[in-house]
Amino acid sequence: MALSGLDIFKLLPRTNCGDCSVPTCMAFAMKLAQKKADLSECPHASEEAKESLGAASEPPIRLVKIGGANALEIGNETVMFRHDKTFFHQTGIATVLLTSEDSGDLRKKIEEIESYRVERVGEELFTDLFFIRHDTDNENNFLETIRAVQNFSSKGLILDCSSIDILKKGLEICKNDRPAVYLREAATNQDFDLSKAFNASLILTANSLESLETQSEKARTAGVSDLILNLESINLGQRLQDSTLLRRSALKNNFKPFGHPLFSYIRGKNIYEYLAEASVLLCKYNSIIVLPEYSKALLYALFTLRQNIYTDPQKPIQVDPKIYSIGDPTPDSPVFVTTNFSLTYFMVSGEIENSGISAHLVIAD
Amino acid sequence: MVFEISKDNNVGQVVSVRLGATIEQGGTRSHTLTVGGNTALPFHFFEGQFPHPPVVAMEVFDRVSPKFPPPLRDYFKNVLDKPGEMAKKCVDEYGADLISVRLEGTHPEKGDLSAEEAAEIVQNVLKSVSVPLIISGHNHFEKNNSVMKKICEIAAGENCLFNFVETDNYKTIAAACIAYNHTLVAQSPIDVNMAKQLNILLTDMDFPLDRIVLDPLTGTLGYGLEYTYSIMERIRIDGLSGDKMLSSPMLVNPGYEAAKVKETRTPMEDNPDWGNLAERIAHWEVATAMSLLITGADILILYHPEAVKAVKGKIKDMYQTPKDE
Ligand code: B12
Ligand code: SF4
Repeated sequence: MALSGLDIFKLLPRTNCGDCSVPTCMAFAMKLAQKKADLSECPHASEEAKESLGAASEPPIRLVKIGGANALEIGNETVMFRHDKTFFHQTGIATVLLTSEDSGDLRKKIEEIESYRVERVGEELFTDLFFIRHDTDNENNFLETIRAVQNFSSKGLILDCSSIDILKKGLEICKNDRPAVYLREAATNQDFDLSKAFNASLILTANSLESLETQSEKARTAGVSDLILNLESINLGQRLQDSTLLRRSALKNNFKPFGHPLFSYIRGKNIYEYLAEASVLLCKYNSIIVLPEYSKALLYALFTLRQNIYTDPQKPIQVDPKIYSIGDPTPDSPVFVTTNFSLTYFMVSGEIENSGISAHLVIAD
Repeated sequence: MVFEISKDNNVGQVVSVRLGATIEQGGTRSHTLTVGGNTALPFHFFEGQFPHPPVVAMEVFDRVSPKFPPPLRDYFKNVLDKPGEMAKKCVDEYGADLISVRLEGTHPEKGDLSAEEAAEIVQNVLKSVSVPLIISGHNHFEKNNSVMKKICEIAAGENCLFNFVETDNYKTIAAACIAYNHTLVAQSPIDVNMAKQLNILLTDMDFPLDRIVLDPLTGTLGYGLEYTYSIMERIRIDGLSGDKMLSSPMLVNPGYEAAKVKETRTPMEDNPDWGNLAERIAHWEVATAMSLLITGADILILYHPEAVKAVKGKIKDMYQTPKDE
C-alpha cells in the first residue's frame, strides 16, 4: 500500500536542512506521498528509508521505454477514466513483420511503414513499433529482418522468437535500442538474464491472472522490472474485463505485480474486426497494440481515435488566437473569422487553402 | 495468489426500455427489443448483471442526402430511394436489429415533404419489416413537430422510438408519444447537466422514465468524439451511482455523423495517406461505434453493412464472456 505523508516523514532524517530544495522534511514527505518528488532528491536518506520507500514511491504503473533515440514511453498512468485527469502516454501501435516473408518484400514494407506519417490537426501521426515474429527455421531470416529494421527505420522493436539461442543473437544486434521481448511461454530465469544482459523489457504472457501474478512476482524478485503484461483471453469481452481489473488493481490497490503497461495482439476475421478490437483495447488501458495487417485506412482511423482519446480533457487542442496569413495576402485580400478550436481552425484554413485564394484568417478565442 | 478481484458495488441500474410492440401489445411487430437493465459499467460482466445486449439499427431515408457517400450507395443501389425495400434489405441481408426512418426530407430547406408524405413512407416501412422502428427527425422545430405528431398518430400502438426532442422543443412530441404509446429520445448537446435537466422536464410532465432513451449527441471520430466519449462515461457512472435521471439507456448516431465528414468522402487519389475510401467509410463508423459502445451506448444507428457486421459480431462475442458468478 502507498505510505502516507506522515509515514514517510518518520523515515526521513528530520533535520530540515533544505538540500532537497523543499524547506522542511515534512514538506518533502508530503510531496513524496503525492508522487510529486523522488526520494533521490534527499541526499541524506538512510538505506532503510530507501528500501521502505522504494516500493511505495514507485508510480502505480511503471513507465517502460522501448526503442532507441525516439523511444516509445508507455505506462505511468494514474486514472481509470480520462475525465478524471487525462491519459498520459498514448498507446504504441505496432505492425507485424513475419520473417518467412521474402526479404525484398520485407524491406519494402519496412520502408513504406517507416515513411507513413500523416498529419491531423497539426500533429504528425505514425506507428511506433515493429513486431518481428520469427516463423521459419532459418535464423538468418530473423537476424536479417532485425538488421533491415535497424537500417531503414527508427522505430522500436518487439522480438518474438521461440529459440532462445537465436533470440540472443537477435538481441545482440539491437541491444542499444531497448528492444522488447515477447514471451510465448511462462518466463524463466533464462529470460530474466537476457533482459538484464540486453537491456530489454519483457512481455509476459499468461492464460490466467494467477499465472500472470506469479510470473511478474518472479521477474521483479529477479530484478527485472521493465515488464509488459499480456493476459490471453478467450474473447474481446474477457480481454476488456481483464484489462480493467489489471488497471484497477494497480491504481486502486497499488498491487505491484500488475503495475505495468498492458499488451494486446489484435485478432479478428477481417480488417473491420481488427479495428473494432483495437478501438476497444486502445480506449481501455492497453499500452501496446499489435496489428496483424498493414492498412492505411485502418491506421488512419486508429490514429485519429488515439489522438481523440489521449487529448487532455482539460485543455483541448487549440491554436493561438491571432491573425494567420494564408498564401500571400494583401490589404485587399478577404478576411475570414473563426474560433481557436484546432479542429475548426484546420478545417477552415484547409478549405481556404484549397480554394487557392490568399486570405487573412482571424482566430478568436 | 495474493491478488483479489475488487468489485464496484453500484446501487443504480440502467433503466430497461422496451422498443416496438407485438399484436398483443397493440402494435404489429413480430417481436420487441429491450435495452438497458445493466447494473455495472458496460461489459463489466464480473461485477454486474447484463440482461440486454446493445442493439444495432440501420437507417433508411425519405430523401437521400446528395452528400451520401458514393461507395456506400453501391451497397443499396436501386433501393436507396425506396425506404421500404431498403429497410427489408437492411434487416434480411445485413442483420439490422431495428430500422431508423430518417425524415430529414421534411425539413423546409431539404425537400419540404409534407407530414402526409412522411406518414406514407413510415407506413410502408412498417409493412416491409417486422422489427421495431426508430423515427428520426430534424431541428426545424415547427415542421418537425407537425410531422412527428402525424407519425405518432398513424403508428399508434407500435411503440416506435421517436428521435428526438431537446430542451427547447419537447412538449408537443412528448405529449403525442404519451397519447399514442411511443418511446422517446431526449437529446442534449454533450453535457451531463443538460441531459439530466431534460429528463427532469420530461418526467415532470409525467413522461415515464422507462420510455426515455438519452442521446448525448454523437461527435464522430475526429470531430469531438472524445467529448461524447467522456460525457457518456460520466452519465453512466452517475446513473449507476444512483442518479435516476441519468440512468436512461443511450442512443448514438455513428452512421449519420460519419457520413457528414470529409474522411468519408475524400477519394484516396486526393489524399493517399488516408487509405482506401471504401474501407475508410466503414472504419470511421466502426471506431466511433466501438468506442461509444464501451462507454454505454445501447442503441447504435449505423450505415455501412461491414460496420454493422463487425460491431454486431463483437457485441455477440463479448456477451459470451464467461461470468464469474
Ligand atoms: C464538440 C462540441 C462541443 C465540445 C467542444 C467545442 C469546441 N471546443 O469547439 C464541448 C463539449 C466543449 C462543447 C461545449 C459547448 N457547446 Co458544443 N458542440 C460540439 C459539437 C458536437 C461539434 C462541434 C465540432 O467540433 N464540430 C466540428 C468542427 C470542425 O466544426 P465547426 O467548429 O462547426 O466548424 C465548421 C463550420 O461551423 C464551418 N465554420 C466554422 N468557422 C467558420 C468560419 C468561416 C469563415 C467559414 C466559411 C466556415 C466556418 O466550417 C467548419 C468545418 O465544417 C457541436 C454540434 C455539431 N455536431 O456541430 C456542438 C455545438 C456547436 N455546441 C453547442 C453548444 C450550445 C455548446 C455549449 C454552449 C453547451 C453548454 N451547455 O455549455 C458549450 C459552449 C462551449 C464554448 N465555450 O464554446 C451548440 C451551438 C448552438 C448554437 N449555434 O448556438 C452546438 C451546435 C450543438 C447544438 N446543436 O446544440 N461543444
Ligand atoms: S534534504 Fe532530506 S533531510 Fe534535508 S530537508 Fe530535505 S528531506 Fe529533510
